Amino acid sequence: MGRYVARRLLQMIPVFIGSTFLIFAMMYALPGDPVRALMGDQAFDPAVLEAKRHELGLDLPLWQQYVNYFTGLLQGDFGTEIGSGRPISEIIAHAFPVSVRLTLFAFTFTVIVGIGLGIVAGLRPESVRDRGLLGLTLVLISMPSFVLGYLMQYLFAFQLGLTTPTVQDSESFGDLFLPAIVLGSLSLAYVARLTRTSIAENLRADYMRTAVAKGLPRRRIVGVHLMRNSLVPVVTFLGTDIGNLMAGAIVTEGIFNVQGVGDAIYEALFRREGATVVGIASLIVLVYLLASLLVDLLYAVLDPRIRYA
Amino acid sequence: MTIIETTADVPAPRGDRQHEGPLLEVRDLHVEFHTRDGVTKAVNGVNYSVSAGETLAVLGESGSGKSVTAQAVMGILDMPPGRIPKGEILFRGQDMLRMSAEERRALRGRKIAMIFQDALSSLNPVLSVGYQLGEMFRVHEGLSKKEAKAKAIELMDKVKIPAAAARVGDYPHQFSGGMRQRIMIAMALALEPDLIIADEPTTALDVTVQAQVMDLLAELQAEYNMGLILITHDLGVVADVADRIAVMYAGRIVETAPVHELYQRPAHPYTRGLLDSIPRLDQKGEELYAIKGLPPNLTRIPTGCAFNPRCPKAGDVCRTDVPALHQVTEQDGTELPGRGSACHFWKETIHG
Repeated sequence: MGRYVARRLLQMIPVFIGSTFLIFAMMYALPGDPVRALMGDQAFDPAVLEAKRHELGLDLPLWQQYVNYFTGLLQGDFGTEIGSGRPISEIIAHAFPVSVRLTLFAFTFTVIVGIGLGIVAGLRPESVRDRGLLGLTLVLISMPSFVLGYLMQYLFAFQLGLTTPTVQDSESFGDLFLPAIVLGSLSLAYVARLTRTSIAENLRADYMRTAVAKGLPRRRIVGVHLMRNSLVPVVTFLGTDIGNLMAGAIVTEGIFNVQGVGDAIYEALFRREGATVVGIASLIVLVYLLASLLVDLLYAVLDPRIRYA
Repeated sequence: MTIIETTADVPAPRGDRQHEGPLLEVRDLHVEFHTRDGVTKAVNGVNYSVSAGETLAVLGESGSGKSVTAQAVMGILDMPPGRIPKGEILFRGQDMLRMSAEERRALRGRKIAMIFQDALSSLNPVLSVGYQLGEMFRVHEGLSKKEAKAKAIELMDKVKIPAAAARVGDYPHQFSGGMRQRIMIAMALALEPDLIIADEPTTALDVTVQAQVMDLLAELQAEYNMGLILITHDLGVVADVADRIAVMYAGRIVETAPVHELYQRPAHPYTRGLLDSIPRLDQKGEELYAIKGLPPNLTRIPTGCAFNPRCPKAGDVCRTDVPALHQVTEQDGTELPGRGSACHFWKETIHG
């Protein structure tokens, strides 16, 4: 187990280098550069621009720029934004907790409501409540998140007046409630369906019959024997879903004006601040990698037939 | 001194003693399944009984209703689609079909336990065997986790699993087939039930292990003086351990007899067919006998005797009248105790 974890962590290094390089190269390939963006629409002396580029090391070849960037990264230096002159670590420190909070909020919502609905429907396959859930989740899956976002805004803010249409304070939990539900709704639909199918299938398993024959109370049969087996695929899905939620947060944050990672990355893209984009994207990659490692480990805990060496 | 020793040898009185007579009595049990293709009549008026210390073998091919009867006794039929329109299942004189769900649950595992055919799929793959064994004590006797684990180790020792203490935390997939079936047996025996139903306990095992598992089961049955219902289609397994045999066909019992009499003189053409289709070394090279045709479709059971389309002795009466379970007698009319045959021509079959 320890060796497996070590190997997985070591495997993350090339993945991390590769993904940062890819994002870095893509930023490099985009037309325009931060120096140009800095000047706005005014005409500047090309010699001044050139001097500024040289000063920032933007005239170096791609690989050299990347090496410079990565060396800084290894020393914990994310670089500095060219436009604002702010250290990128500061931008990240400001934006990341907001997005993490939103993601975790959405994740909790997904887990509790999604698994809950899945259990309720799965225990009675083909019943009215089962068909109801399948219908509801189908709607959620087919609806793009921005449509759902504007719909919720319209309903809860403009019609019912329960909340403000956009988030006023990105640190407040109450304000994040609506965006979290919008963000989590797609995952929720998948989790509910997966749980439902898994439970309905395991309900017919031989060991369930054994559990009944042992004279166990129904609570225990469902809670211990059925759930332990049914949750294995759900947990796998949830792990990879943390990364998807963080990516989805970018759209949701835009709709509800949350000052999170999505907001920061959008700004940076607009101003061609390569280092900011790479920094934030790399962190999301890291979250994704760690979440999937965690899931693989959890998998072995839930299902003893899986062993890592 | 001697008196104390002799009383110690007698099996201790088990459970409540107010009921005299058989431990379990199934009376005119009917089970049907309502499916999209119609009503499947799986069990059509089964009667049998088991006493403490007795082994009843229920014999029959797939679809004869032997397992469904057992599941009805155990109370683990899926209802719906299953339904019990008629019949009684008396355990110590009380009809279990009229008990509340909670009363039946309390009996399951504690008084009546079941051993299933495929131990790998019948044990929960993600829980350790110690946990699954200990669960019996935790749920029915309220023992703590630690006490239950100690009891689980004791049980594993009892069914002769080597290094029980070391293996108590292992999972079902880490055991061999024979060992897994021993764990199933241990689980059924945990609370020393009055009655055990073993549904083809050795079908999934290889022949050498089959014998070991059957011996173990017979030994433990004698030790605890339990009633045992052994469901099987293996005539070889039955001969060694059973006291009585009930042969089932299309949801009815077609013949009952003490085990050795059935082998010597079957009183039903179906039983005769089964016995004739056992491969024998002294008939090496000859063609093996097989009963013609297929078991009937349970949604459309033939009128009269269900076996008539496959029966070599069938006459007109077999196609119209359902035969009752006749008391079988010697040619001079003396009753053969415990023998019955549901065949219009039982006399010709046994004496002819």
